[in-house]
Amino acid sequence: MSTFAQELARHAHDAPPQLERWLAAQKLPHVDGRSVTFVFHGPADAVKLRHWIFGLSTTQAFTRFPGTQLWQLSLELPENSRMEYKLELVRGPLQQLVHDPLNPAQAHDPFGGNSVVYGAGYEVPSWSRPDPETRAGQIEEHELASDAFGEKRPFKLYFPARYRTLRRYPLLIVHDGDDYVRFSELKTVLDNLIHRLEIPSLLVALIQSPDRMREYADDPRHAEFLVRELVPWLEQRYPLLANPAARGLMGASFGAVASLSAAWRYPSFFGNVLLQSGSFVFTDVGQHDRGPVFDQVVRFVNEFRDNPGRPAERVYMSCGQYEPMIYYNRSLFPLLQQTGMQVRFNESRDGHNWENWRDRLREGLSYLFPGPLWYVYE
Amino acid sequence: MARRTEEQGARRVILLGPQRLQPTLREAVDVLGVRGRIAAVTAGWEEREGEDQELSAHLSGRSFNLRVWERGEEVYARDRELHLAVRARNEKLRVTHELYQLRLGHLVAAAREILRKGLPQGRESVYAAGLESAIESVRALDREHLAHVRELNEEFYARWKPWQRELIARHRDELARMLGEAELLCIAGGHVMVLLRRLRLFGVLELLGSQPIIAWSAGAMVVSERIVLYHDDPPQGAGSAEVAEVGLEACRGVVPLPHADKRLELGDRERVALFVRRFGPDLCAVLVPRTRLDWDGRGWSAPRGTQRLDASGQLVEAGA
Repeated sequence: MSTFAQELARHAHDAPPQLERWLAAQKLPHVDGRSVTFVFHGPADAVKLRHWIFGLSTTQAFTRFPGTQLWQLSLELPENSRMEYKLELVRGPLQQLVHDPLNPAQAHDPFGGNSVVYGAGYEVPSWSRPDPETRAGQIEEHELASDAFGEKRPFKLYFPARYRTLRRYPLLIVHDGDDYVRFSELKTVLDNLIHRLEIPSLLVALIQSPDRMREYADDPRHAEFLVRELVPWLEQRYPLLANPAARGLMGASFGAVASLSAAWRYPSFFGNVLLQSGSFVFTDVGQHDRGPVFDQVVRFVNEFRDNPGRPAERVYMSCGQYEPMIYYNRSLFPLLQQTGMQVRFNESRDGHNWENWRDRLREGLSYLFPGPLWYVYE
Repeated sequence: MARRTEEQGARRVILLGPQRLQPTLREAVDVLGVRGRIAAVTAGWEEREGEDQELSAHLSGRSFNLRVWERGEEVYARDRELHLAVRARNEKLRVTHELYQLRLGHLVAAAREILRKGLPQGRESVYAAGLESAIESVRALDREHLAHVRELNEEFYARWKPWQRELIARHRDELARMLGEAELLCIAGGHVMVLLRRLRLFGVLELLGSQPIIAWSAGAMVVSERIVLYHDDPPQGAGSAEVAEVGLEACRGVVPLPHADKRLELGDRERVALFVRRFGPDLCAVLVPRTRLDWDGRGWSAPRGTQRLDASGQLVEAGA
């Protein structure tokens, strides 16, 4: 039994106020090497850990210290892991999903948020946090009348600090751009990486779809919108380098599918593609079991696997080892390599979430768009 | 491209740490006793070259910009033949550098691995000799690369004689007149290769009389004998320092390391020791904000607080 487990057992029968004080003084969940211990104190008939780690049972039951309202659960959590979770509290007929009340660390996404525990050695990257020395870029709102979609499409445009019309810039288009800014600190990351010269100053179009599950799933209108409408519109108005090597597409989950699909439909138009936790579900035989929303994705990925062509020059892929998409991404990696493209694949001990995607941005962006780091000393 | 003579090298040169957040340029100007006008080079800022208002204000309006980057743009736009020749030379340099990087990676990895093994008891002298030999291999490659780069540059200047081309000659006349009015030349940082090549294209230092130079960041790097690029933790690659080019040789025996606190793992004694043993006996000068190094034509001195890297892997006072 670990030292912490022994201490917890010793305090289990303390008077509740005393126990609460002791718990408040602990850093919980308690991480010790590859072991993490979750603790809950309160009335419940059962407490379960709800997580999304692929390969483990989705819920894990806590154990109650007999005669108390103190619950605990220990799991293996490898070094440098990040794990998002909620607690499922069962009280009579009621089941409730809550954040871990003893853990202030939370991660957010468009659906709300989760508690998060960090494995030993994990650190939030310094480049994802605001740096007072960094010059900040700006984000402007724009709108483009799209023939492909038959309606106006709003989008945002990131301008790097010290933007000058005399210079010509690379262009990166980011699917779910608003979400990347809100949940993956994309603006802070861009500001910092540009300031640190790890990527060049570049313009970034942040696009957001009103119907991403459809439009990002290999919808030809979406690729047409990007290639025939958005990029020409931007290249007419802004000092962009306007060649494939200086154009990039990026997205996560279905956004990664949209990125690969657009690059595949218009090969060599985008030189660089950044794919995070792509929902690249395919079938070797029979039907998939992921619901109708994946029908179009599976059709596309199967077709892509049969005839990948050479969509771009460089691809950076990342995927969490704890997410179901890891199988599909691992399968796609050698296929992309065989096309002759330069491909890098990074697996992280994390799940299908925005902080995982944030943590891979430095490596991915600097791989596709290497900055003048070695040459500029200001 | 003229090699600098000892006489030319005898002018005073002051190297400063980065100036953006804690400027100390005015103090350095006072150290030199300069009261008159100051010529400034901000070519490393490229298209932002002209945005020197802060610099000018810091120098109480006494500075004027030589606009070396802009002159270079004009030359390349109008003298297509020269521009193509420059591009061809740069491409040769790029490929040469790539091959150097390839070889360097293996040699540095070997030296690091031997260093990591320490000196096993009973075999100290064998390991010490092996390490010395591994480091010497890196130094030999650096020397060879630098000689090759020098050769390519000299070949280019001998063939194309850019200073004799009409447009550049006209700019040089103007630069000579401007420099004649200055008591001091200041060279700011930025893109080190752009800065170096623009200064070399117009032979700015060859036009300068005996006036002193104050240079910081990339500016400090270009006035030294060789351009050493460094970053211990780049997002891509192993982070081995590289010798990139021959410098303008306005001062000797120094490897200026601007932003060393951010770009080098100064707490990693192994890395620091290897760096010093590779680039020594030159002074590996840590140029962080508020630091200063003075060259009097013969040697270096530094006020207290300016540090250098030491062969033991530590930071010590540069003046000590």
